[in-house]
Amino acid sequence: MSSMTISQLAPFYGARQAVKAVDMQIATQEITAIIGPSGCGKSTVLRCLNRMHETILGASAKGTVLLNDEDIYGVNVDATLIRRRVGMVFQQPVAFRTRNIYENVAAGLRLQGMSHKSELDQAVEEALQSAVLWDEVKDVLSKPGTALSGGQQQRLAIARALAIKPDVLLLDEPCSALDPIATANIEELLVQLKTTLTIVIVTHSMQQAARISDQTAVFMVDTTSGNPIGELVEKSSTSSVFTNPSDPRTESYISGRVG
Amino acid sequence: MSIPKNYRWRKFVDQVMRGSTVVATGCAVIPLIAIIGYVLTLGASALSTQFFTDVYQPPNMAQAAADGSTPAFDPNDPFAGIGAPTDGTAPVDGAAAPEADVYAGGPVGGVLHGIIGTLIITGMGLLFALPIGIFAGIYLSEYRNERYATIVRFCCDVLSGSPSIVAGVVIYILVVIRSQQFSAIAGSLALMILMIPIVTRTTEEMLKLVPESMREAARGLGAPTWYSTFTVIIPAALPGIVTGVMLAFARGAGETAPLILTVLGSNMISTDLFAPMASLPLLAYRYTESPYPGENTLAWGAAFVLMMLVLVMNILVRVATRRRAGASR
Repeated sequence: MSSMTISQLAPFYGARQAVKAVDMQIATQEITAIIGPSGCGKSTVLRCLNRMHETILGASAKGTVLLNDEDIYGVNVDATLIRRRVGMVFQQPVAFRTRNIYENVAAGLRLQGMSHKSELDQAVEEALQSAVLWDEVKDVLSKPGTALSGGQQQRLAIARALAIKPDVLLLDEPCSALDPIATANIEELLVQLKTTLTIVIVTHSMQQAARISDQTAVFMVDTTSGNPIGELVEKSSTSSVFTNPSDPRTESYISGRVG
Repeated sequence: MSIPKNYRWRKFVDQVMRGSTVVATGCAVIPLIAIIGYVLTLGASALSTQFFTDVYQPPNMAQAAADGSTPAFDPNDPFAGIGAPTDGTAPVDGAAAPEADVYAGGPVGGVLHGIIGTLIITGMGLLFALPIGIFAGIYLSEYRNERYATIVRFCCDVLSGSPSIVAGVVIYILVVIRSQQFSAIAGSLALMILMIPIVTRTTEEMLKLVPESMREAARGLGAPTWYSTFTVIIPAALPGIVTGVMLAFARGAGETAPLILTVLGSNMISTDLFAPMASLPLLAYRYTESPYPGENTLAWGAAFVLMMLVLVMNILVRVATRRRAGASR
């Protein structure tokens, strides 16, 4: 379990800065939600937190992101090792084709060199348990991952991310491709997980942020300079963001006047 | 409702257009079916046990065997019986068959040496081309640096569009002349040149069809690119890559021109990679030119076997990969 301290983080696409420098604290055992209109850079900032941002051609980031006390943008830091400690779940549920359910969850473990059957069995079961998927799939572990429903595949993706025991879990609109029941399952799961994990979730649904998060960061697009650029306008406890926003832009966004 | 002024005209144009697409499709399909049908019927008539188990036989020798007479073939005088006197006097070299029978005869000998040769030459060419083509395809799809990738892609397209004789000439100059030797391996190298662009481009295209989200998911687990490429992306794209490999095999198996300049051909079974070797397209080419009707029939047979070889390989590999990829459904 780790906290993250983001200071002066500025993501770029080529020479264009996508978001004004961000300062933000992410606490352990809490769910931090990032909300805001399309194009405000919320996903971009999230992807900077495990260095996935730079995998896009031409993308880069300046600033520091401390994972506990270590700067993940430090000179000798291997991005792939950071991604093993800061896991990520994406918008589209991804089950690895050609792999069955068991091997989907085991993918990250095998990558780390775990090969003993009993060890793997145990870790896979644990991960599926914590993703609340075990009871549904324990008898069909050898079925292809793609045979599961969308909601199940998303929980499979969470199980896969959890299997390698990350300190932080990032979720990029994990429910936007799911129906309300599957969404409720995932939300319930996240609330359970936060006791042992630091969670950051990007969501386009303000209701979702209000339901599950402890802290909320609101991003907006600043178009005043001609070039649209994202900007963190407010970050505080979820209840104060939704009941007593300090920034007028937050207020008009959550009351539905913009965005 | 009134009928628009030019309604009948538009309807007429529509029918003309539709008619011409049907006619054009017919024109395209007829030669295709004709060729396949022709090869199937004429080639199938050449088939016999001997066709698959025997190698080249000089026509006079085959005739003698059919008569039950002593074979005229004499290793010390391979031309015995050919060009024998036709003025009624007995052939000088023993019991050689009369010339007239030779020209009327059915298929003589078989093409086993060609089948073996084609499998060796094409198989080895594929073996050379596979690692290069697949790794180049991976580079173009997964590791690309756009500037190099554009150049490589362009070269591939030029190469796969260029006449195959070019590959033959290149290997002839680089390998055959220097080694002073026509050889099977030179043929494989020529075929490799022709196969690489096909394997490269299909591998690239098939890898690109794998959704980006799958790469992201693997990367999100902390997998380096090589790891996710080999354990996640390539397995997902395997059936498509195999199709590309089979295309390359089919292209290589059917090539004749580069082989004339590199493996030369042979009348015997040879497995020596550094010596001339027979191959089915070469046999089809040489036997078609032959004055002996029996050998002309063999040419049809060789073409038939070539087609079947590619077809059977295709089916086998597809069945094999479908079973492996079957877990994905």
